[in-house]
Amino acid sequence: MSEPLLQVEDLKVRFSTEDGVVHAVDGISYSVDTGKTIGIVGESGSGKSVSSLTMLGLTRTQGANIEGRILFEGRDLVALPDSELRKIRGNEIAMIFQDPLSSLHPFYKVGAQLTEAVLTHRHVSKATARARAVELLELVGIPDPSRRVDQFPHEFSGGMRQRVMIAMALANEPRLLIADEPTTALDVTVQAQILALLDDLQSRLGMAIIVITHDLGVVAEITDEIAVMYAGRIVERAPTNAIFSTPQHPYTWGLLKSIPRLDSPRGEELVPISGRPPSLIKRPSGCHFHPRCPYVRDRHRKIDPRLEPVPGDEGHAVACLLPAELRGRIWRGLAAGETSATLRHLVVEEEQPVRAHAAPRVSEDGPE
Amino acid sequence: MSASNENLVEVKDLVKHFPITRGIVFQKQIGAVKAVDGVSFEVRRGETLGIVGETGCGKSTTARLLVRLMDPTSGTILFEGDDIGERKKDGLKALHREVQMVFQDPYSSLNPRKTVGSIITEPFAIHGLFKGSGERRKRVQELMDRVGLNPEHYNRYPHEFSGGQRQRIGVARAIALEPKLLVADEPVSALDVSIQAQVLNLLRGLQREMGLTLVFIAHDLSVVRHMCDRVAVMYLGKIVEIAPSDALYSFPRHPYTGALLAAVPVASPTGGKRRQRALLTGDVPSPANPPQACRFHTRCPKAQELCSQEEPLLELKGTHNVTACHFPLTESEVRMRLPGALAEAASGNSRGEVAADQPSSSSST
Repeated sequence: MSEPLLQVEDLKVRFSTEDGVVHAVDGISYSVDTGKTIGIVGESGSGKSVSSLTMLGLTRTQGANIEGRILFEGRDLVALPDSELRKIRGNEIAMIFQDPLSSLHPFYKVGAQLTEAVLTHRHVSKATARARAVELLELVGIPDPSRRVDQFPHEFSGGMRQRVMIAMALANEPRLLIADEPTTALDVTVQAQILALLDDLQSRLGMAIIVITHDLGVVAEITDEIAVMYAGRIVERAPTNAIFSTPQHPYTWGLLKSIPRLDSPRGEELVPISGRPPSLIKRPSGCHFHPRCPYVRDRHRKIDPRLEPVPGDEGHAVACLLPAELRGRIWRGLAAGETSATLRHLVVEEEQPVRAHAAPRVSEDGPE
Repeated sequence: MSASNENLVEVKDLVKHFPITRGIVFQKQIGAVKAVDGVSFEVRRGETLGIVGETGCGKSTTARLLVRLMDPTSGTILFEGDDIGERKKDGLKALHREVQMVFQDPYSSLNPRKTVGSIITEPFAIHGLFKGSGERRKRVQELMDRVGLNPEHYNRYPHEFSGGQRQRIGVARAIALEPKLLVADEPVSALDVSIQAQVLNLLRGLQREMGLTLVFIAHDLSVVRHMCDRVAVMYLGKIVEIAPSDALYSFPRHPYTGALLAAVPVASPTGGKRRQRALLTGDVPSPANPPQACRFHTRCPKAQELCSQEEPLLELKGTHNVTACHFPLTESEVRMRLPGALAEAASGNSRGEVAADQPSSSSST
């Protein structure tokens, strides 16, 4: 296999604000191959959107300090001048956003907006571009495309608008599609339609997709690989199945245990993650997750974990200071229905001098 | 009135139409958005009733009518046997000691210029309870402690709190008067995943401690299943199915319920990539001009001629599910439509019920 389509290497994005420097993205690395889908999962403020906006140069104007490399087919997007980047944006890399209503211009017909996307990058006649617009609307499953092309965005429903957004993104047959919370604003039945559409388009057009979302259910449905982000870093990266069957990071465990699922026994207590996401200006010392981690040891407050491969599990990497064997035991316990309170002894028992303040600190936002 | 002892609330034929007008000075009504169009259900004491449905199905309007933030167009709402649909001023004030609401957006539902203390004190001030600021302050701090806020933050402003904490403030305000009924309209949908569980657990804990009756409105079917004893599914202003949670999720009878459940993405390795599903096509029709007869017939995979001619009544199909459908789903259809984990649950949890259901489902073949 040659080099991947997209390779992000140690990307850092910082913003200077009055309150201090915001470390929005703090050294993330991942890659995507053609025809594959990667999911980037995280809560608000985890840096998941900033990392992909940076890829298209959309954070440049906001005074972002960008370090690292984003290699797209060998070209470094970080170093590329604006004029060059503009040729790639919307052409080879396209993006769809969360809110289709505010991403479409309300004054222009859908057809005009679609042809603009074509004409920006192709030297074709207006008639050809318009024919392409109709073809695109048909591709994304909009009924009666030759009539709909002359309608305004407000004449479309939420799901249909998102289809128009997807059509616009696909106008120039991009090799990479970035979907930032593509279904968050949509109802569950429409969400299922859009996910099925993305899946179908990928198998037909063979592009790579990056899906950014907070919803583990969505990524379970359509991705091959998942990266979990917390406080600007990737804390765990693994093939989709492994994230759900053998998750390694306490934050991932927390996410999996705190959402009610249709296939779990009803009445099972939810186990929330205590506390709340940290400020990206004053980040916690050591492991950034330690103030919320039930399995914290004293030294975790000082040592910053690196994303390292999980032994015996190919393609799986985690940034956690707990020994791999112990992580396995804790997850098996959690999966069997034990709680972090009863499993915590596994962590403490092996710590040499048990100090009083090493006990898990109940944060002010916690339920207890 | 033995029924009203068991039922805290009884809603009958509740209707709320919003007029569509034309003209500026001489407004002429040219139609109506039928947000809630003939809804009947009851809420039993101490239970959690869930209301689910897609955008525009009328679930939030129903919530607002229950709390009487809106006047119903017609129909009755009995609260402890009393019709509250017509109440005005003092009657409403008395009602709001018993019925309170938690709103969706914790950012816009708290006054940014008031401290948390004064926000939570307000119900006491309105109803003239605990006169004397020392006593009130003590009560408010107890409430803050109860919902998991630090009582020392009494003098802080809403902007100093995170989304999850703000929702706790909203909950504290709602339970201040120890209401009998709490209506929660999408209480966690604006919150981050890791925070949602905190608020859900808080609501459940409060319900247990205070014996609250809860009406829980959400679009997230997994959250509703987790929280509710019974669930009503709404589509275009009507209830299409109402059933105990276990029955609804393991053996939905209405094709719309089945389609909703099939559309939920499942965060599990077996939920699996590239799951083939029966998807609903198209969008929800406009509530200003809903389809004739069965409102779901335009999108229903099982629709037949009868469905566009005669409106199905909400009646008991099988042992638990009250469904408005001429051709309810059969056991084999549920298996087919809800693959993987859900089908397992269907065959596992409710085997007895499915067997008991067989004779009555003959009408659907």
